Amino acid sequence: MDPVAESQKFFRRISQSSNIMLFLLWHVVHLILSVLYIVREIFRAIENYLITNGYVKTYTNLNLDRVKYLGIVIDSDEARNTSKVVELLEWLSALGVKKLCLYDREGVLKKSKAVFMERFGSTENSVAGPLVSKKRMDFEFVSITDGKEAVAKAANLLFKKYYVDGDSEKPFFTEAHLTDALKTLGAVEPDPDLLLIYGPVRCHLGFPAWRIRYTEMVHMGPLKYKKLGLIMKAIHRFTKVKQNYGS
Amino acid sequence: MNANVQKNCRLQISIVWNVLEDNSPLNFITHVFFSLFLCVINNSLEFNSRNQVGYLPSTLKFQLTERMEEERQSGVISKWLGGLISTMRRLLFTFMSSGPIPQHIAFIMDGNRRFAKKWKLDEGAGHKAGFLSLLSVLKYCYEVGVKYVTVYAFSLDNFNRRPDEVQYVMDIMYEKIQGFLKELDMVNRYGVRVLFIGDLNRLDEPVRLAAEKAMEATAKNTKTYLLVCVAYTSSHEIPRAIYEACQEKSLALASSGKNDDGIVNDDDDDVIKVVDLEKHMYMGVAPDPDILVRSSGETRLSNFLLWQSTNSLLYSPKALWPEMGFWQVVWGILKYQNKCYYLEKKKKQA
Repeated sequence: MDPVAESQKFFRRISQSSNIMLFLLWHVVHLILSVLYIVREIFRAIENYLITNGYVKTYTNLNLDRVKYLGIVIDSDEARNTSKVVELLEWLSALGVKKLCLYDREGVLKKSKAVFMERFGSTENSVAGPLVSKKRMDFEFVSITDGKEAVAKAANLLFKKYYVDGDSEKPFFTEAHLTDALKTLGAVEPDPDLLLIYGPVRCHLGFPAWRIRYTEMVHMGPLKYKKLGLIMKAIHRFTKVKQNYGS
Repeated sequence: MNANVQKNCRLQISIVWNVLEDNSPLNFITHVFFSLFLCVINNSLEFNSRNQVGYLPSTLKFQLTERMEEERQSGVISKWLGGLISTMRRLLFTFMSSGPIPQHIAFIMDGNRRFAKKWKLDEGAGHKAGFLSLLSVLKYCYEVGVKYVTVYAFSLDNFNRRPDEVQYVMDIMYEKIQGFLKELDMVNRYGVRVLFIGDLNRLDEPVRLAAEKAMEATAKNTKTYLLVCVAYTSSHEIPRAIYEACQEKSLALASSGKNDDGIVNDDDDDVIKVVDLEKHMYMGVAPDPDILVRSSGETRLSNFLLWQSTNSLLYSPKALWPEMGFWQVVWGILKYQNKCYYLEKKKKQA
C-alpha cells in the first residue's frame, strides 16, 4: 500500500479519535462542575443552618434601612409553585421587609396576585387582626410586558406628543422624557436597591432595564433550595456595599 | 528605600501576572527574574537610587547583567517554555470548543483604582495596568472563538470624577488609539473591526477624531468585533433610541404622505415597536451579550447594557480588572456552557 496514504489515514484516525477524546473529556469536566455545584449547595446548607440558628453573630442584627425596595426575580417555571413563593414571602416579612417588587418573565406571579395580597398585602383585610399588621408588605408585580414593551408604548406616546404636529419643537429625548411618558402610562415605582434572583442562572431575565441601573443583583439559586440564612447574608452584604455611582 | 524604585518594583510584580501567559517568553523570563531579584535586593540592601541597576554592589550587578545576556543569547529555555504554555492554552481552548462558545462577551472593567491603591502605585498606573489586562483578555477571547467583545471603558457618570483623572483617562485613550492606528496592517490582517459606542460628542475633540478614524479604518473587517463603550450609559442609550426611532418614523410617514392632515393612524396602531427601538440602539450592531462580566466582585451593572442583558449570564469574578486574565475567561465560558441550555430556552421564549 502507498505509505503516504497509509500515514494520512492513520493521522486522520488519530485526529478523529482525539476529537472524540476531547468531546468526552468536555463532558467529564462538566460533570465535575455539576458535582462542584452540588458540593457548594451542601456548604450553603451548612452555612444556612449556622446563620439561622444564631451561631454566626454577624447576621443577627440586620439593618434594613438601606434596603428600601427589595426586588425578587423568580424563574417562571418555579413561580408556578405558589406555596414556595408564599414561604419566601413569609421569611421576608418576618425579617421586616416592607416594600417588595416581584418579577417573573411570563407574569405567573401576577396571576397569583390575589393569593399574595390576601396573605401579606397592606390593603384592608377584615380577617387579619392587629397582631399580624407587622407582616404587611407593599407589593408590585412586574413581568416582561412592563419592560421593553412598556418602553415601546412610552415611545409611541412621545411620538404622538411631539411628532404628530409637524411644526412643534422636537427635543432630544432624555431620561426625564422617558420617565414622564412612563408615568403617564401608569405608576412609576422606585428602582429596587437589591435584586434577589431565584432560578438556575444569575440572569435578570428582562427586569425593566431603566430600573436596575445601580441595583445589586445576587443569585440565590433555585427557588426550591431557598434558604433564610442566605437571604440574611445577602442583605447584610448589601448593607456593607459602598457605591460611587461612577464618580 | 527610594519611593520610585519601590513603585516600579510593585508595578513589575503586578504586570508579571498579566505577562504570565504572554506569548513572548523573553518578556516573561526577564519580568519574573528582574522583578523578584530586584525586590529581594531592594529589601536587603536598602539602597537609595533612581537607577534600578546602577548602585547595586558590583558582584550582583555583574551577575544580573550576565544572566540577562545569557537569556538573550541562547533563549532555548525561554522559547521552550513559551511554546509549551502556548500549546497548552490552545489545547485547552480546543477542548472548550467541544461545547458551545459564546458569541458575545461584555466586560465591565472595574477595579483599576483599587488595584493602584492595593499595590501603592500612582493612580494612573492602575489604568495602564488595566489596559495590559484588556489586551490579554481580548487575545484569549478571540483565540477561543468569541466573535464580539464589548468593553465598558468610560461611563457618562465617570465625567463626575476629578477633572485631572478624567483628563488622564482621555489621554490614555488617545495614546492607545494612536498606537492602534499605527498597527492597522496587523489589525486588518486579523480582521478586527473596532467600534466606539456612546455619545462621542462628549469626548475631547482629538480623542473623538482618533476614534472615528479607527472606526473608519477597520470598517471593512468582519471576522471579530471590538465594541468600546465610551461616554455610554443605558439611561442615555434608551431615550436616544426612542428619539432616533421617532425621527425615522416621522420621515417615513411624511414621505409616504399619510399624515397630510397631521393625524397619525388610530390609537390602537402603535407606530414604534420594540424592534424599531433595538435597531436604533448604539448596540444594535451586535447581538445581545451571552456573558456579562464585571471584575472586582461587584454585583451591579452600573448602567451598562441593561436593555441587552435580558438573557445574559452575569458573572462577577473577585479579581480586580488588572488581575483579570486567562482563568477568569476560561471559568466564565465554562459557567456559560454549563447553563447554556437554560439560557437558549429563555431566548427562544422571548
